[in-house]
Amino acid sequence: MSGITEPRGWTKGALAATSWLVYFFFYAPILVLIIFSFSDSRNASVWGGFTTSWYSDFASDSELTGALWNSLRIAVVATLVSVVLGTMSAIALERFRFRGQRVFDALLYLPVIIPDVTMAVMLLLFFAQAANWFGFSKGFGTIALSHIAFCISFVSIVVRARLAGMDDKLEEAAMDLYASRWQAFRHVTLPLIMPGILGGGLLAMTLSLDDVVITQFVTGGGWSTLPVYVFSLIRKGVTPLINAVSVVMLVASMVLVALSLLAQRLRGDDAI
Amino acid sequence: MAAVFERDEIDVEPFIHGEEATPEFEAANIAQDRRRGLLIALPAYLYLLVFFAIPLLTVVVYSFATRDRFGGADLTSFNLDSYVELNDQLIRTIILRSAGLAILTTLICLVVSYPFAYYMATRSETARNVMLVFVMIPFWTNFLVRNYAWYVILGTDGPLSRVAEFLGFGPTRVLFTQSAVVLGLVYGFLPFMILPLYASIERIDGRLIEASRDLYANGLQSFRHVLWPLSLPGVIAGSILVFIPSLGAYVTPQILGGTGTSMLGSYIVTQFLTARNLPFGAAMSTVLMVFMLAATIIYFRKGGRTL
Repeated sequence: MSGITEPRGWTKGALAATSWLVYFFFYAPILVLIIFSFSDSRNASVWGGFTTSWYSDFASDSELTGALWNSLRIAVVATLVSVVLGTMSAIALERFRFRGQRVFDALLYLPVIIPDVTMAVMLLLFFAQAANWFGFSKGFGTIALSHIAFCISFVSIVVRARLAGMDDKLEEAAMDLYASRWQAFRHVTLPLIMPGILGGGLLAMTLSLDDVVITQFVTGGGWSTLPVYVFSLIRKGVTPLINAVSVVMLVASMVLVALSLLAQRLRGDDAI
Repeated sequence: MAAVFERDEIDVEPFIHGEEATPEFEAANIAQDRRRGLLIALPAYLYLLVFFAIPLLTVVVYSFATRDRFGGADLTSFNLDSYVELNDQLIRTIILRSAGLAILTTLICLVVSYPFAYYMATRSETARNVMLVFVMIPFWTNFLVRNYAWYVILGTDGPLSRVAEFLGFGPTRVLFTQSAVVLGLVYGFLPFMILPLYASIERIDGRLIEASRDLYANGLQSFRHVLWPLSLPGVIAGSILVFIPSLGAYVTPQILGGTGTSMLGSYIVTQFLTARNLPFGAAMSTVLMVFMLAATIIYFRKGGRTL
């Protein structure tokens, strides 16, 4: 099948110009934010000469660094657990047929499509009720459990895409050569889907580090992650310090996403 | 067209080695395969049942409960009061406003994305991949910060008002208006439209468009009768993916909107965190979820999994 041929003449010029405008729209605000994080002014939107003092303020603010540390701890836990559970679910769905498969498939997709607010409300009521019955306090545990709940789906989708694109004849060949199913998985499938697992894991980490709405709902006992803390600061009143913190979060998130996309494009044998 | 998007139903292929493949042997193999599959899926399955399906049911149960004096919910008396409350002037205003802003956001995204996705589909393989990566990066990048960037741009004496002054417009006030909210939503959800649109335009056989031109269709006719109908699955999928999160938006109206721009998402949050009317908030969430589920079913029927 042949794709659409490139248009000629002024149409091509107009289309190319539109595309550049879209990229400008995507990246110009990010650039502006980065520039203003170096601005020596009390007003976050006004340029007042170059300074790096907002970044050193960030580093010496114990509330902010504490929240950053919380974010990192939760992201690591959420990533590790969701990578294991998400990969297992991807293998089960892509390589096996079992009872209840369609329900499971649907259950895996729902957290991806459901609006943040709805999922946040669900988990808020659930944990409130559970705390009533079993008596635990909200904080690290409830945040990590919630993050895992939405990260599993994303890991599973990325790994499944990798498995679906993989030639399953390789596995069969291994088993024809007397490898057990486990050996075939361990020595053939796993190395080949490793880029997918890595990509899914990095994506899960990004999502966990970036989440505001769900975390805000399930937190308690003074526990705060960096985005939740920054969100509360923005609502109180904006200072250029928030610009600097935002840039740090933005750069971290963009680097992780870029690495994730890169990992997903790797060939299997490069990743081991 | 729909058939293209359905996933292949892979038959159970029992792995046979050494022994003779009698029907009994195959049946035993299939049964073992099923048990293994379920066993491997089980941890994630249970996790999502406990931390997703049960919370979802909790919301539905709460929506039928009665508000008690302490701002909690009385789970002993169930009624439809919260749903009756939804038929209120203020709620109708908020729902209409949210739907209006979400539709506007979806339309703007569609108009901006279509030429972009089309252009991307016409480029070489390498160019496409590069273009795609630079759409994907903002797609997954911190939503809060990306909205906050617009707060800085639109702020008092900020870059935008400087540009407006330079161009000779008077002082402009965009921040804390509905326009700012739509701008933030478009900025946030544009990739949701571009990706499925691109996926569906990229699949179109270019010869069909050429054939229409050979048969004397002008550009507009060719678009209307060939390109647009063939790209419709992507249009529908993208529109749903933009419309649903816009309807439930919370962060964007909180940061860029002002008083009088509260949307469905932010109103639900208020019910839980400030007004403490849990059953009412739960009822609104349930309605939003029903909308979302209906849209999701349409999405899978029409557009398939394009993300």
